[in-house]
Amino acid sequence: MNMLIYLIPIALLMGGMGLLAFLWSLKSGQYDDLEGAAWRILVDDETERKRP
Amino acid sequence: MTCCSMDTESVLAISATSASADEVRLASHPLGAGLRQLDLSVPDVHCGGCISAIEKALSALPFVRKARVNLTARRVSCIYQEELDECATDPSEILAAINTAGYRAHLFTPAAPENDRLRNQLLLAIGFSGFAAANIMLLSVSVWSGADAATRDMFHWISAMIAAPALVYAGRFFFKSAWSALKRGRTNMDVPISLAVTLSYAVSLWETVHHGEHAWFDASVSLLFFLLIGRTLDHVMREKARAAINGLARLAPRGALLMMPDGSRRYVPVEEIAVGDDISIAAGERIPVDGTIVSGESDVDLSIVTGESSPVAVAKGSAVNSGAMNLTGSLILRATKVARDSLLSEIIGLMEAAEGGRARYRRIADRAAALYSPAVHLLALVSFLAWLFFGGDWKQAMLVAVAVLIITCPCALGLAVPVVQVVAAGELFRKGIMVKDGSALERLAAVDIVAFDKTGTLTMGRPRLVGVEAGDAANTAIACALAAHSRHPLSQALLRDMEQASLLSFDRIAEIPGGGLEASNGTDLYRLGNRAFACGTDLAPSAGDSPFSEVVLSKNGAYLAQFLFDDTLRPGAAEAVRELTAGGLETLMVSGDRQTVVDSTAQALGIHTALGVLAPKQKVEECQRLNGEGRRVLMVGDGINDAPALAAAHVSMAPATASDIGRQAADLVFFNDRLDAVPEAIAVARRSASLIRQNFVLAIGYNLLAVPIAIAGLATPLIAAVAMSTSSIIVVTNALRLNAFGKHYPMRTEARADGEVKTA
Repeated sequence: MNMLIYLIPIALLMGGMGLLAFLWSLKSGQYDDLEGAAWRILVDDETERKRP
Repeated sequence: MTCCSMDTESVLAISATSASADEVRLASHPLGAGLRQLDLSVPDVHCGGCISAIEKALSALPFVRKARVNLTARRVSCIYQEELDECATDPSEILAAINTAGYRAHLFTPAAPENDRLRNQLLLAIGFSGFAAANIMLLSVSVWSGADAATRDMFHWISAMIAAPALVYAGRFFFKSAWSALKRGRTNMDVPISLAVTLSYAVSLWETVHHGEHAWFDASVSLLFFLLIGRTLDHVMREKARAAINGLARLAPRGALLMMPDGSRRYVPVEEIAVGDDISIAAGERIPVDGTIVSGESDVDLSIVTGESSPVAVAKGSAVNSGAMNLTGSLILRATKVARDSLLSEIIGLMEAAEGGRARYRRIADRAAALYSPAVHLLALVSFLAWLFFGGDWKQAMLVAVAVLIITCPCALGLAVPVVQVVAAGELFRKGIMVKDGSALERLAAVDIVAFDKTGTLTMGRPRLVGVEAGDAANTAIACALAAHSRHPLSQALLRDMEQASLLSFDRIAEIPGGGLEASNGTDLYRLGNRAFACGTDLAPSAGDSPFSEVVLSKNGAYLAQFLFDDTLRPGAAEAVRELTAGGLETLMVSGDRQTVVDSTAQALGIHTALGVLAPKQKVEECQRLNGEGRRVLMVGDGINDAPALAAAHVSMAPATASDIGRQAADLVFFNDRLDAVPEAIAVARRSASLIRQNFVLAIGYNLLAVPIAIAGLATPLIAAVAMSTSSIIVVTNALRLNAFGKHYPMRTEARADGEVKTA
């Protein structure tokens, strides 16, 4: 019974972290181009080039 | 030359490749620090290879900082430097680079802000309610598996604390909509949802305070979770395709070269052109505003405005309309109207007026809600009263009423329609058909007559050589050599179809606007063009009563040879018409073109009725007449002149090469050249309509099984949770059958389903 006092907040915290991760991924535009993202895995070389 | 029908695709291609650096700069928006962002629509990208090809081509340009392809929206956003080594850069090279890589690129102005705020809010709400539902469910499982007394109370209290913010945050979409419906004295699906959610929370809280055994926190939050999924799918369905369609080429020119009083020229945005301004229009450009010609001679192509496929010769003093394409000579135009009063805007006005008929259409989900929601409320009220009357315990009666509301709550119903529509839209998207709105699929399933426009829809608007009447091969060689010097569509067609290398050379060649080509070789004068021009006769051009366009070659005014052209039929047009007829649909042709041309096309394709020489307004009237007779019209068209009819028809389709306004007005847009898209879309729509009906039956059936349990007072939270999830999962699984079995649905087998749709 006593361990519930730790376990429940821990469970909620972990769930909350998952939620925050989801919010972050949503904000950073990761759902904008789902089809393109699926294809980009297959592209070998990153086409983006560093410029001075 | 006498006749030409301008290919809309090549029109767009011309406008894309000939975009000047100024125009591109006008279309891109500044990011500060000398950077600008240019968004382009690239309708041809479809895979990972295309992404890397385009990104590689753009990164190779020295002034491009970053290029990223969005495959979902078929767009490229490109950030470039305004200056490189203190030299202004030419952003039109970006378009050129994409063209060289083998893709068409068009400028566009985003009509809506890029970030879809509502979608993000809905996704946030899903995440939030999902998090809350999962955690409450964990606690509930502990309660169900035997937690008692103090532990149970604590779990209930924690659940209550998690549920409260989730309900307020995630439930606001439903509460708002329910409230606005109630204010107007109506009910919709959101009313029982809101009532069930708030009532169950209130009763659960009351139970928790009084150390009760059952609480419904998990039910109320997971209900929201499921419903939000349905709501989001519905929203994505409506918005995603619309954004992509907006992204395609805009027809109206963005700006024009303004002639300043001091003789200099300045490129100005089209909104800044005032009445009385003189603007210069080069050959191959589109006319931005209505005006009269001050100087210059040319042919203008009105096909996209009126549907008439022959270009009209214009000279000083002629009035021209916006949207027309200037073909052969450059013109100076004096604006008589500003952009927002010009013909293009008038047609948009006509279109808005015509859309009233479609706005009256009520979506299947709304119709279901109108029946379902009073029934549910009545059932809950009756069970409350019955338990109060026979049981005498108002608390128990309240619990039963809440259980009834939760179990009958339409979370499976909320998913029934959007899931099927999203799956169907995905299926159609893979076939190259874009659906703008879920209700378009519903309307498409009920169609019983299909009206086609001719130019640009049934035909490609690309002339094809069908007859040659030349004395000998030398004459055709001369004609080809002459044609090689012109951009006119008929010249191009002559050259393409004769496949003859032009070895002859002339001393002097000139293109006479409104006539044709004139070349002199020594003392001989050759002319290639319409009969009046070539032979110097005043005879009325014979094209008036012939379905073919003719081009005549003459030497010193004497007739040498004659070439006849016909429009190319769109691939798959005949098959599509045959399949539609086989599927029990009537076909009709409405065109602004000459009746003889219309008749011959209709005959070639086997279309039942053909109406020619229709003004945009008459097309609308034809659609409205058929609507009035209780027919459901599918209008397929592309031009600006079709746009009002596209809006007036029950449902409409347009090819991707259509004018921007045409695409805006259409419910579905197809990307591949083939007209097969029309029967395919109808088949998928009918199939999805029958799946939607099945889903309603499944969802309501499942709820009906659970309702007696709830009324009997046996519905523990566990049973409610299981009932709810199972019905949702069944509905989703059923929707996925759309692309699980067989890829092609012949229309004929679905013809019977049509009758049921109409009665549904």
